[in-house]
Amino acid sequence: MTPIAFQKPARSLMKTRELGIVLALVLLIVYTTANNHRFLSGQSIRDNLLNTAILAVMAAGEAVVVITRNIDLSVGSVLGISAWASATMVSSHQGLPMIVPIVVGLLVGALCGLLNGILVRYGKVPALVVTLGTLYIYRGITYSWAGGKQVNADKLPQHFLDFANASVLGVPWLVLIAVVVVGGISVLMRNYRSGRELYAMGSSPQAAELAGIRVARNLLGAFILSGALAGLAGVLFAARFGTVDAAAGTGYELNVVAAVVVGGVAVFGGSGTVWGAGLGALLLTVIGSALAVLDINQFWQQAIVGFLIILAICADRLVAVRIARSLRKRDAHV
Amino acid sequence: MAEAEALLEVHDVTKSFGAVAAVQGVSFPLYGGEAHALVGENGAGKSTIVKMLAGVHRPDTGTLRVKGADVEFAGPADAKAAGIAVIYQEPTLFPDLSVAENIAMGNQPLTRLRQIDRKAMHTNAEALFRRLGVHIDPNRPARGLSIADQQLVEIAKALSSEARILIMDEPTAALSGVEVERLFAVVRSLRDEGAAIMFISHRFEEITELCERVTIMRDGKHVATEMVADLTVDDMIRRMVGRDLSALFPKQEVTPGEIVLEVQGLSREGVFRDISFDVRAGEIVALAGLVGAGRSEVMQAVFGVDPYDEGTVKVSGKRLKPGSPRAAMAAGMALVPEDRRQQGLIMELSIERNVTLPRVRKLARLGLLFGGEERRAAATWTEKLQTKLGNLSDAVGTLSGGNQQKVVLAKWLSTGPRLLIVDEPTRGIDVGTKAEVHRLMSSLAADGLAVVMVSSELPEVLGMADRVVVLREGRIATVLSRDEATEESVMYAAMGQQVTA
Amino acid sequence: MSKKLASWDSIIILLTVVVLIVASFAVDNFGTGRNFTFLTLDTLPIILVALPMTMIIVTGEIDLSVASTLGLTSSAMGWMWNHGMSIQTIIPLCIVLGAVAGALNGFLVTGLGLPSLAVTIGTLALYRGLAFVVLGDSAVADFPYNYSSWVTGTFGGGSIPHVLLPIAVLALIFGIVQHATPVGRSLYAIGANAQAAHFSGIRVGRTKFWLYVVSGAVCGLVGVLWTLRYSSARADNGSGLELAVVAAVLLGGVSIFGGKGSLPGVLAGVVLLAALQNALRLEDVSGQALNIVTGALLVLSVLLPNLVTAIRGTWQRRKLRQAAAR
Repeated sequence: MTPIAFQKPARSLMKTRELGIVLALVLLIVYTTANNHRFLSGQSIRDNLLNTAILAVMAAGEAVVVITRNIDLSVGSVLGISAWASATMVSSHQGLPMIVPIVVGLLVGALCGLLNGILVRYGKVPALVVTLGTLYIYRGITYSWAGGKQVNADKLPQHFLDFANASVLGVPWLVLIAVVVVGGISVLMRNYRSGRELYAMGSSPQAAELAGIRVARNLLGAFILSGALAGLAGVLFAARFGTVDAAAGTGYELNVVAAVVVGGVAVFGGSGTVWGAGLGALLLTVIGSALAVLDINQFWQQAIVGFLIILAICADRLVAVRIARSLRKRDAHV
Repeated sequence: MAEAEALLEVHDVTKSFGAVAAVQGVSFPLYGGEAHALVGENGAGKSTIVKMLAGVHRPDTGTLRVKGADVEFAGPADAKAAGIAVIYQEPTLFPDLSVAENIAMGNQPLTRLRQIDRKAMHTNAEALFRRLGVHIDPNRPARGLSIADQQLVEIAKALSSEARILIMDEPTAALSGVEVERLFAVVRSLRDEGAAIMFISHRFEEITELCERVTIMRDGKHVATEMVADLTVDDMIRRMVGRDLSALFPKQEVTPGEIVLEVQGLSREGVFRDISFDVRAGEIVALAGLVGAGRSEVMQAVFGVDPYDEGTVKVSGKRLKPGSPRAAMAAGMALVPEDRRQQGLIMELSIERNVTLPRVRKLARLGLLFGGEERRAAATWTEKLQTKLGNLSDAVGTLSGGNQQKVVLAKWLSTGPRLLIVDEPTRGIDVGTKAEVHRLMSSLAADGLAVVMVSSELPEVLGMADRVVVLREGRIATVLSRDEATEESVMYAAMGQQVTA
Repeated sequence: MSKKLASWDSIIILLTVVVLIVASFAVDNFGTGRNFTFLTLDTLPIILVALPMTMIIVTGEIDLSVASTLGLTSSAMGWMWNHGMSIQTIIPLCIVLGAVAGALNGFLVTGLGLPSLAVTIGTLALYRGLAFVVLGDSAVADFPYNYSSWVTGTFGGGSIPHVLLPIAVLALIFGIVQHATPVGRSLYAIGANAQAAHFSGIRVGRTKFWLYVVSGAVCGLVGVLWTLRYSSARADNGSGLELAVVAAVLLGGVSIFGGKGSLPGVLAGVVLLAALQNALRLEDVSGQALNIVTGALLVLSVLLPNLVTAIRGTWQRRKLRQAAAR
């Protein structure tokens, strides 16, 4: 038995996962900048970060849900309902301070997430089915509510629209929010009991029940978090784009899941990190803008995203197989 | 002192699953400072009792009392809060988390910011392992630990929660002699500190060594609760089984025929190495050994369910394509697997679908199946084995354990095998059915079938087998003839030098 | 028998019949032959893709890339037509292309052992992306008139559309394979317990691989039919269809965990959704509001049976307790 010998490879393997994304990002940025120096200009960086912010906020919530061995496909629809709710609210009450729509967005999203969580936990309906169902339901509610209308930028108060571009100490609010959300939840998942319990639940649901972990509370929490963050993303969406109709955020769920998977969160739960998912969101966004800068056909973007997702899960699988093999060799008495 | 108030009392509890009554009217007390054995055959309801104490199941009727007060556990968290720690038969670890985290889960040491104190968590785990005298790296993930190591982590987990009531469901099944001794030392010190211990084991020498009191169960019912000192092992067995043991094994004498199965130099990295043996027609060859010795793995590789790296498997002299259960079946092999629920049957499917699954292709007319042929075949075979069932279209999961096992046997006997591999053929079934299964195996062998039996129950091995192949840590330790095989000789070979008796 | 009556797929079949009857009386123009033609044409893609999808979900896997495969073949069809290939060559090539796309899914899932949910989300993006790479955002429209008019046409100019023929033939084949052949039996075994199926000599990986190939081929065929129906090959053809198909299959009583479900139930699920949508549109209700009904039915299809089981369990336990108290 050489316990210390094992420590290193296991740890470094765990680390390479996020390191891999960082490396890919660096390579991509260096290559693109070498071709076009404007790619590293202040404006370009700012655009990239702004474009990442909304996706990263949603990916953080999704990552938490996926870590518990569940999935939330309703995030795009939750974004839609929250964007519509906040946009109509501020357009009819022009004087409301920014914090009000943000809180409303969070609440609307949390409520949607709560319903998802209740159906999964107490209805014993698989998360995939529940959130596929509520994907339709929440979108349908938004359509009925909007009735074909849309809210344009000229109907929204200026401070609401400014919020997307305003910055503190040169950092745009949107980016700041994304960093706080991703960072905060990463710490929560890594260093707090509830976070570790969420990992435990995803790693072995049966063992989690037997260990007396409050599975119901944690699971509802995860879905509420994912919903609330999608709701927050809805408000940010409205502020950034200024035009909101009932279709806002349609199909976003796939980008969000893609960011999470590329970021190294295993779809069968138990492993991966929230900041990895944030990096995944950043990578996907940067690829998009790099293609434009490199003058590559924009249409390649989606194919590359698909390729990356497959590459990411293949890599995870490879790492898992290698760890298993090294462990088996080490323990083998034969 | 022991006759003082019980730390925990089980009072007249019953529990049914569907139509099957798992536990009926069982009562016994657990006193502080005392180790209490719970014995009974597989399927006697011990695990159900454990799960009720753990808060997993709620008793249908009857009550649990902790320190004299009635309690109702809504879930495992309540049981934990009441000071009950449970070590399950099958370890329940989180594979993705580190060993230290597994131990600390639920009561991790916290820093002032209510964050998890990883350093303290790590130190705690190391201290616990030192107390248990084992070397496991607290930083490694639980995934890939051997079963014995997993069991040790479970024990460390229970120790760390400082429970007053410790329930252990066969904790020693996968441990070596040294590890068992060390575990017992820890358990004794806990007991002397005033904890109540409930201990489940099939090894009577362990019970007489460790426990003061014993509760015996049979078929879900309470038989007796007495002091261990007042009973002999024979008394316990007789009450457990409800009849004398010798009547259980109706072994018929057979003259072995030609060689049916020939295994040569079979190896699989990290699992088993250099396994060679052969089986003749009419012979029953038992594979004995401790849990984790690789017995099931060898037979699964022979049948083609698992791959192997080296060696050959020949059936009637013809080499078998490795890794193909279909080829094995075509050569006349059948495998009744160890885990009925996961490997043997498809619980949601009907009885008829399960029985006919391995040979639907043969039952099809012009490639089509309309149910009639399948139904007739299933009816024939379930009747032959006297399976008690309502409708052939009922889900097989609604049957009792014994009848489920008959369905698995029907499923494979209907393929008309020349070689039957049975893995733990009587695990978790009632005594009556057990005898029926033994009689069936014996008469099948008498009809010229070659039988390989993997079994953890020594009486079964000694009673049924013509030859006993004993495995230890993935290798053949010895091969014993029927005359050479005794309880001692088999156990000695299975445990190697570590036996301490 | 009583158990059969209570199962979800029979409920959904009954519900579909009721909706069809009520709608024919209560909704103007619903029962007309012309409406039947449109209803069939609108349902075509979902119903065809749902056939292999049912099998895949019964084995406990999923294929979310179906709509993208459809889009990819549609794009490829446009590209090949632009490059002067004949339609007789293009159509089989499109089906082969779909099968190849399915084979990649199958290889990733069974060969490498990757989770199908993640794999097919990946290929969903990949195939759709490739569709755009092939054709960009342009459309190809000038397909031969006799082909596109056959797809939209009806037998003898009546109300039975030509496309009912491929639907009926394929539904019959898939129905027989799923419910009356050894392969069909093994699908259920794999979905309910892959390990036990393996122990019973069923080639789990190989079976799943071919299911993905078949699914891809059917998507290729649907891509062709879709293109001809609208006389328009576009990269975004059929986008979002995957969720509608999965919803219809689950609504039809197939368990997402595999091992349970029947093809008649799925067909009823597809027809129910299409009929509701069609009837509401005729009544001038927003088609998008129908999303609520679709979603709610989907959740209820799993929730209701669970609730029934839970209530039955509580009731039984209470009875036991009362019996013990007496």
